[in-house]
Amino acid sequence: MIVTIIYLVMYSIALLTLISLGLAVIFGLMKVINLAHGEFIMLGAYVCVLCTDAGLPLWLAFLAAFVGVGLFGIVVERLLIRFLYGRIIDTLLATWGLSLFMVGIITTVFGPQARSVPLSFGNVQMGGMSFSSYNFVLMAVAALMIAVTWAILRYTTFGLIVRGTMQRADMASALGVNRNMVYMTTFGYGAALAGLAGAVLAPMTGASPNMGQFFISKAFVTVIVGGQLPLTGTISASGLFGVIDGSVSYFWSSIVGEVSTLVAAVMLLRLLPSGITGKMRSGL
Amino acid sequence: MATEFASDAAKQPKLWWWGAVAAAAVILGIVPTMTDISLQLDLSILFVFMLLAMSMGFLWGYAGILSFGQTIFFGLGGYAYTILAMNMGTTGLPFLMAVLLPVVFAAVLGYFMIYGQISDIYLSVITLVVTLIFEKSMRSTSGPEYVIGTVRLNGQNGIPGVPGLVLPWIGDAPLSIAGVFYLSGGLVLCVYVGLRMILTTRFGRVIVGIRENERRMELLGYDARWYKLLAFMLAALIASLSGVLYAIWGNFVAPEMFNLNQAAQVVIWVIVGGRSTLIGPVVGTGVIQYLSNWLGTVGVGQVTVVLGAILMIFVLVFPRGLLPTLGAAIAALWSAKDRKGRGK
Repeated sequence: MIVTIIYLVMYSIALLTLISLGLAVIFGLMKVINLAHGEFIMLGAYVCVLCTDAGLPLWLAFLAAFVGVGLFGIVVERLLIRFLYGRIIDTLLATWGLSLFMVGIITTVFGPQARSVPLSFGNVQMGGMSFSSYNFVLMAVAALMIAVTWAILRYTTFGLIVRGTMQRADMASALGVNRNMVYMTTFGYGAALAGLAGAVLAPMTGASPNMGQFFISKAFVTVIVGGQLPLTGTISASGLFGVIDGSVSYFWSSIVGEVSTLVAAVMLLRLLPSGITGKMRSGL
Repeated sequence: MATEFASDAAKQPKLWWWGAVAAAAVILGIVPTMTDISLQLDLSILFVFMLLAMSMGFLWGYAGILSFGQTIFFGLGGYAYTILAMNMGTTGLPFLMAVLLPVVFAAVLGYFMIYGQISDIYLSVITLVVTLIFEKSMRSTSGPEYVIGTVRLNGQNGIPGVPGLVLPWIGDAPLSIAGVFYLSGGLVLCVYVGLRMILTTRFGRVIVGIRENERRMELLGYDARWYKLLAFMLAALIASLSGVLYAIWGNFVAPEMFNLNQAAQVVIWVIVGGRSTLIGPVVGTGVIQYLSNWLGTVGVGQVTVVLGAILMIFVLVFPRGLLPTLGAAIAALWSAKDRKGRGK
């Protein structure tokens, strides 16, 4: 039983990290909450399905989703988001419009039914329970996403510029940083992470036009409670909600788990209105 | 954006405004005598949605609180009326209780959000998440163990056979189609006039003041959080009224009342009509619903593509909405003519 609970908690944390990191990166740097995040995940899942249908190996499908949705994110930033900097509410509304638009287009092109990835994975026996071994792939990708994002922000020149822009956008501009370029790349990277998340989820959930809705509420709650620092916030909020969601889901059901996550989030925001990392000035 | 909002909203309405309200009431009174049932049904549901749009438009435009989740109270009102009326066998008391129950929920939710002083966008996103969670929870109640009193919740199939409203002073029979038309249309008019009157009171001036400058109002001694919570509850009251009427109109409630598309539609109605006036959301509802129906009949497969595009275009090009944009254009033309006239 202990093993099962630990496994469920680990799995919940990994899943939350996977679906919210892209949103957190965009929110942390640009203070934009991308309401089309769920649809970016959905797009990633479709890229994965199409690639595996074409006979590509799964890891290549992940890569294609990462790159493809990232490029799509850059296009969105150029056509929509860049006109709305400084108008936070309007970015929220415009990305909601984008979300509806994408759901409609994908339904028109691929139909409303779910498409699945024809791959099967074995099960792992542990503590008398059997788990799908694919879940460990999911955990590994979530860990990899955190590690790579951390490494980029911490060790590259680009990461340094991004962190500087995050703290003082005006000062970064004054020092010659092209702020628009930074925003564009960051939005693209956040979208790419969402695309990768969708691709990793696709073998479990399949791809369907409305799949975004099933993830966004968890992702939004994680990012809002995490606060402005993308990595620390996501990890700490995912950790907290993963424990709540995983253990409550074990004893009751996944719906009760989700409701209790939300209740915990609303109560926590009463104490920490700007999230767990809201008071932290610097960091990742 | 000081120019976005009319400054005379706090003044008593002029005589022509009362004339327009009276004319609307007369038109409302004679429409059912001159039209067939299907048009009355279409207009009734439009009135129900107009109430929902007004609840969000008032809260956003006048109190400065952007709630994406007015569908929370819309759905709760509908479900509360259904469950209470089917259990109690009467409809009058359930009607009142169903309108008030969501307000209690709004008080609790609003307390945590508004007294916690979370930022504007956090509030928008939290309300959206709450309505999505309600939808998911209602969808998961399809098993026979989910029963409230004698009513099975039925999960995503919804609850059919919602009893119609019986008004004791009209008779024992539930409201006819024309009756629902009068009720919903009359309530749209009453809520519109009521909100307009509230804006002229002290409470109305204070919430508009908070929208303009919250810090200053607090320094003047007003507890901004309390006034915002009251505005939030008032908007929830209007939304739950709309939800109860929806259940009476269709004799049916389902988890779709809470879902993302319903919530998005409310936002689109308000954005398109323009949130800086009370009438804007009402007009926006009419325009968008007409457009959606028309797109449905000409066979455009996915109406959401068009709605999504409309939302993006309005945010980018006409962020103030149809009515204020038109109003500004007319005012600009008028003053240009005026200047020309004086120049001669």
